[in-house]
Amino acid sequence: MQDSTVLTQPTAIHTTTKGQLWRSFGRMTWIQLKLYSREPIAFFFTLIFPVLLLAMYGIIWGNAPGSGYYQDYGYIDMQLPALTAVIIGTVGLMSVPVSVATNREQKILRRFKATPMRPLTYIAADVAVNYLVALVGMAAVIVVGALVFNLRFAGSLPAFFVGFTLATLAFIAIGYIVASLAPTARVAQVVGQLIFFPMMFLSGATLPLFLMPEGVQQVAQWLPLTQLVVLLQELWLGVGWNMTAVVVLLAMLIVGTLVSARLFRWE
Amino acid sequence: MNPVISVNHLHKAYGTTVAVDDISFNVAPGEIFGIVGPNGAGKSTTVESIMGLREPDSGNVSVLGLNPHTQRSAVSQRIGIQLQQAALPDRMKVWEALDLYSSFYTNTIPWEPLLEEWGLGDKRNARFVNLSGGQKQRLFIALALLNDPDVVFLDELTTGLDPQARRSTWDLVADIRDRGKTVVLVTHFMDEAEALCDHVAIIDHGNIIALDTPARLIEQVDDELRVTFEVDGPFSAEILSSLPQVSDISRSGRRWTARGDARNLLSAVVIALEQNAVRVTNLQTERASLEDVFITLTGRQIRA
Repeated sequence: MQDSTVLTQPTAIHTTTKGQLWRSFGRMTWIQLKLYSREPIAFFFTLIFPVLLLAMYGIIWGNAPGSGYYQDYGYIDMQLPALTAVIIGTVGLMSVPVSVATNREQKILRRFKATPMRPLTYIAADVAVNYLVALVGMAAVIVVGALVFNLRFAGSLPAFFVGFTLATLAFIAIGYIVASLAPTARVAQVVGQLIFFPMMFLSGATLPLFLMPEGVQQVAQWLPLTQLVVLLQELWLGVGWNMTAVVVLLAMLIVGTLVSARLFRWE
Repeated sequence: MNPVISVNHLHKAYGTTVAVDDISFNVAPGEIFGIVGPNGAGKSTTVESIMGLREPDSGNVSVLGLNPHTQRSAVSQRIGIQLQQAALPDRMKVWEALDLYSSFYTNTIPWEPLLEEWGLGDKRNARFVNLSGGQKQRLFIALALLNDPDVVFLDELTTGLDPQARRSTWDLVADIRDRGKTVVLVTHFMDEAEALCDHVAIIDHGNIIALDTPARLIEQVDDELRVTFEVDGPFSAEILSSLPQVSDISRSGRRWTARGDARNLLSAVVIALEQNAVRVTNLQTERASLEDVFITLTGRQIRA
């Protein structure tokens, strides 16, 4: 016991290899996907609820040309990108803060921290899973829209996909700020809802902005979700890139990533 | 033999609160090393510094010849950790946890036999939230052994377990040691430390106040043995009080108590009783436990 020299290393030092990192990332992503599929409430809000909204719009307004704001397109053509924005908002501002803060509060992250797994592996898997969920949510409304309501698409698919990806990552980054700042999962949930719900109704994501009073429309222009709706609508209808929206979302992504990288806590 | 873990003048403060003042000790290969002390004594900070989860303010820590802070990845590949406060996602299944955690390590052993060994074979597809306290604890031990670690840290392993589960867990811990692994056991149960540990460090107010084998710690504090018995028929206390080994004899109801030096009291008492044909029933011996050592040294109960 009094010996002060320390055991010399008999075997090679195991460092984590690149293949190992990918294996961890793959396994983590797969398990997170499985866990997500076992959350009935999250499942409902990201995958079922938008489809129900779409069906409601279709039944009330139909999708005949001129039924929306645009002459050549119908109400559904205009609101489908807006529903996609709702899905992105739900994932970024509701799912991410609650799941990350819950995992921290329940000491699940603490146990991860005691393994050789890199913190970035966990975060990358979490972001990938939330991105995939948003993607599947969007696919569900598109499929229903196309099959039931004769959906029209006038934009460029790659451009819409890039816009979708930028927006989803930007909202997830904001969600990570909420998760990092909230002391408990409960607070994360309430803050996420306080940010998301007013935006959902004022941004044109659920009801088109042209139906709103002038004053509300003015305020709504300043909301990030409005910018997202505008970006996706204009990409969908072939108008092109709305640069204001791109700048807003890029700023959200950069600020969100930098701030949450600084503030993120494992316990 | 060279130590597996070496801690030299470890110091760690949180703001103005000193958690660990000045702690040094070595852990030899293949032993169960106990760290005991009251809540807030600095046990967790000490152990978390060794695991590389906390950075010491000053002092050196070495684990398997590596620095757990600067070489955290290499160290965590070779140690197993069971944390006092940890959880898995509620809806994660037992096998999924083992499968996921296996992917974090370069060297792993198959997890199916571990599952059987720790009595979780029929819980393979159970969700974490549906496991009992003991099952969760055993799952965490299985996770700590996945990478076939050289050193295993067990923090408050049996807290919240019923007495029967505690005893069977002790056997399993001894089993880990018998397979050649070094075990660091943090506990506030003195009987657990006494039963399992080869060496025990008692920590209070951020310092080690005692470090030795459980037997020697007890000897230092209280080397008195008490032999108690009941007598059937005539008995004169003279028989025993005249013995040089007996320092005191007293009576409470039908029960007699002879006190004396732990090393030779029992045989002297038994021989004297036998020679004088005293019919003795219900003979017992009592001596200090590690708990008594603890109370003597710290002046308080462990869970005050």
